[in-house]
Amino acid sequence: MAKYKLKEMKATRLGFGEALVEIGHQNPNLVVIGADVTGSVRTDLFKNAFPERFFSVGIAEQDMIGTAAGLAVAGKIPVASTYGEFATGRPYDQIRQSVAYSKLNVKICASHCGITVGPDGATHQALEDIALMRVLPNMVVLSPSDYIETKKMIKAVINYNGPAYVRFFRDNTPVFNDENTPFEIGKSIQLIDGSDVTIIACGLQVWEAILAEEELSAQGVSVRVINMHTIKPIDKNAIIKAAKETGAIVTAEDHQIHGGLGSAVAEVLTQNYPVPQEFVAIKDKFGESGNGMELMKLYGISKDGIVDAVKKVLKRKLVEKMELKYEK
Amino acid sequence: MNNFSIEKLYEMARQLRRDVIKMLTISKSGHSGGPIGLAEIFSALYFKILNIDPKNPQWSDRDYFFLSAGHLAPVWYAALARAGYFPLDELKTLRKIHTRLQGHPAPAHTHGLPGIEVASGSLGQGLSIAVGCALGIRLDAKKSRVYVLLGDGELDEGQIWEAAMTAAHHKVSNLTAIVDRNDCQIDNYTHVVMHLEPLTDKWKAFGWNVIECNGHSIEEFLNAVEKSKQCVDKPSVIIAKTFMGNNVSFMHNDYKWHGVPPNEEQAKQALSELPPTSFGDFIKFDWENN
Repeated sequence: MAKYKLKEMKATRLGFGEALVEIGHQNPNLVVIGADVTGSVRTDLFKNAFPERFFSVGIAEQDMIGTAAGLAVAGKIPVASTYGEFATGRPYDQIRQSVAYSKLNVKICASHCGITVGPDGATHQALEDIALMRVLPNMVVLSPSDYIETKKMIKAVINYNGPAYVRFFRDNTPVFNDENTPFEIGKSIQLIDGSDVTIIACGLQVWEAILAEEELSAQGVSVRVINMHTIKPIDKNAIIKAAKETGAIVTAEDHQIHGGLGSAVAEVLTQNYPVPQEFVAIKDKFGESGNGMELMKLYGISKDGIVDAVKKVLKRKLVEKMELKYEK
Repeated sequence: MNNFSIEKLYEMARQLRRDVIKMLTISKSGHSGGPIGLAEIFSALYFKILNIDPKNPQWSDRDYFFLSAGHLAPVWYAALARAGYFPLDELKTLRKIHTRLQGHPAPAHTHGLPGIEVASGSLGQGLSIAVGCALGIRLDAKKSRVYVLLGDGELDEGQIWEAAMTAAHHKVSNLTAIVDRNDCQIDNYTHVVMHLEPLTDKWKAFGWNVIECNGHSIEEFLNAVEKSKQCVDKPSVIIAKTFMGNNVSFMHNDYKWHGVPPNEEQAKQALSELPPTSFGDFIKFDWENN
């Protein structure tokens, strides 16, 4: 049996939209900027609740980021939201100069990230956004694993003073997190303890990792599962501890293999405690149309891909141990 | 807030020109022509128009000024120093290691200067920021006004026109944009690189209150700003006709002076055309005694 119960299917983007309304009632400085698609990214909920604090800029993402920066200068807490690709790739230079370098309190909250956007195809599947945002100094990067965590994350991000990027998803996905688990930016959550290998996942791959653990534990493998909801600043201590205690790491994300969560984890491992690592990610390809789950399977980032990666990394771990013995 | 006489504003404009020449002579790097051409506008802004408190740069009821065309920084830095945001002596550190006078402007909370709200340098971003700021202070029912200076070459950027639409859509009337219409950009005259005319009609078509003036006439510029304040249902733009390098004969209206500093001989020539003022220079070069 999976160690966590699937309570219901609900979208992370809905958690985002609802959180904005809840915070909006408490914090009069919260403002939201929309570049069309407000119904899709669920900022329509805030727009309807607080029309005077919602600003439409039209389909103009560069202007959206600049407008957000200006609102931050005026002391507001602006949330700029659209699809992941158009929230990061399109206005990249605006984010770099007017938000990150200028260290302004702008929250870029992107829905429709990853390949699970599905039928819209490659143009709408943000697969590079973690990498783009992660390399910017001053930028905090987060991705929630379900509807419940999204709500907690958005509240934490609004309370945090500084530039932040949050990536979430379109589809209704498994809700499994506990309402009462405290959420802290930069502090990962160990969902399952284990001693043979650690799966470090973010976003929708956290649930896939829980399913993979179920399958692997039935085969006698002891798997630790970590929800790395904050990709930057990454929880180094949890990664180093996992490397020391389990000796093998698998990272899992709905993002390109280059520059995402896997790279962030590898940077910590190579500088602190190198152990074998396998990457479950999109392998340097653009996506295509299909439904979300089909694409996750096709691109090897669902439970099956994680199970395969665990088996591979365990073999490498074994070979390394044998080589060490041989050398002695 | 300063309240200089017209005569004193012109004298300050001359001093800003002298400051820019000296800063760039020391730094041996930076933009000359644009800053020299904006001396009257910066004098008017910082010593007459802007409601600011240089000793309290974050004063919550301040007017906001954004420089969208960040490369025009030298004249802004000179004006900020003269207004009292930081010591005059620091002007000699322009573009040097550990300076707060970065090649392109950065705010104090990064590694830049007080009085600067947002970084600029990559062109075309300032109008969006000004519109956002104007929306924010309107939400708080503050009486502050937002000013943003745009280069004309910068109007090639698409984001400017996105922001122009947003400003008109939201009837952001607490905003005055100023276009430095010197017809010069780094490669050539703007009409050679990219046609902007009919520029007044373009802004009008985007829903703006458009005011034209001679950007070297302080009286005309002050009058234009007053007119912009009276418009209550539209954003306003002042198209200020200027000449790059104005009042320095060898720089006058020459786009080749966009991005280069004067050498010592050229600095001597320029300073001889700009007599010293009662404000005094921030530095005296050895060769000035002769």
